[in-house]
Amino acid sequence: MKNQKQRQAAYMRRSLLDQGYLDEQFIHLEELQDDANPNFVEEVVKLFYTDSARFIRNIELALENGPYDFARLDNMMYQFKGSSSSIGARRVKRQCSQFQEYCNAKNIEGCKNTFQGVKQEYATLKTKLETYFQMER
Amino acid sequence: MACAQELHVLAVDDSHVDRKVIERLLNISCCKVTAVESGRRALQYLGLDGEKSSMGIDGLKVHLILTDYSMPGMTGYELLKKIKESSALSKIPVVIMSSEKILPRIDRCLEEGAKEFLLKPVKLSDVKRLRDFILRGEGDDDKETEKKINGVCLRKRKFQDDSTTQPMPTSLGTAHDIESSPESSVSSESQPPQSKQTKIG
Repeated sequence: MKNQKQRQAAYMRRSLLDQGYLDEQFIHLEELQDDANPNFVEEVVKLFYTDSARFIRNIELALENGPYDFARLDNMMYQFKGSSSSIGARRVKRQCSQFQEYCNAKNIEGCKNTFQGVKQEYATLKTKLETYFQMER
Repeated sequence: MACAQELHVLAVDDSHVDRKVIERLLNISCCKVTAVESGRRALQYLGLDGEKSSMGIDGLKVHLILTDYSMPGMTGYELLKKIKESSALSKIPVVIMSSEKILPRIDRCLEEGAKEFLLKPVKLSDVKRLRDFILRGEGDDDKETEKKINGVCLRKRKFQDDSTTQPMPTSLGTAHDIESSPESSVSSESQPPQSKQTKIG
């Protein structure tokens, strides 16, 4: 029973990597786990969820009404991107970068559209990771 | 994990995620860690106007300060400057971390006295090298600084493995940024975005 779960987890991990949801940084984090710290990655990811919820909320508020402070939007997204990068959330990170490009171009519609993409990728990853950690436990 | 000498590292980063990760990396590398969320807290911990040098408020000597560059309030660069300006603290090596490889930024930090500049996400091999470097207490500073400034990125995988006999290799070669789109400038930075990507051999 346990072996099958492990195989499923390994398969899912491979799949997440191949599809680009995660990059090698996630693997580096898993390598830091040991018997004394078996849930390290899950703990880090939980922090990521908390931080992300805050970033998303703040960016959402900032996108609601003009005048738009692109420097501030860029900075908030920079922080979100940093967290994403730290856990290996590749697709989320790329959406964040795109958003920042629209900030630089002062293109608010571009920002708003891309932000939907950010939220979508984040939600997708969250669901997949929750499944993955259940398999791992 | 038997360690000959345990280093005490003060880690400064406003990101919860990054603090947790760096803490783990340092623990695995046999370092005691004090992790704080801002430059201000770091200076508080170090008791900038205290009498004891390089001691934290808990009396533990700090051997290395590892700080993020982009932080609200006080940047890592500003923290670096304050530490180097302090007679009590200036001898503590300071290493800057950043997710952006902006060469003028790196130059500035190294010129201000940072020992090394690490690209985020920081890896275990980076931390282990750092620890060994600090423990050896040496390093051909001028040559290494020159290498870094010229952007010589030695990306060969083997450098990132444990090779304690090597001089401090540049971490600019940790080229996680290669695959991603060119980094836009950080809003807290007033310099132009560094769109040129150094070709890695």
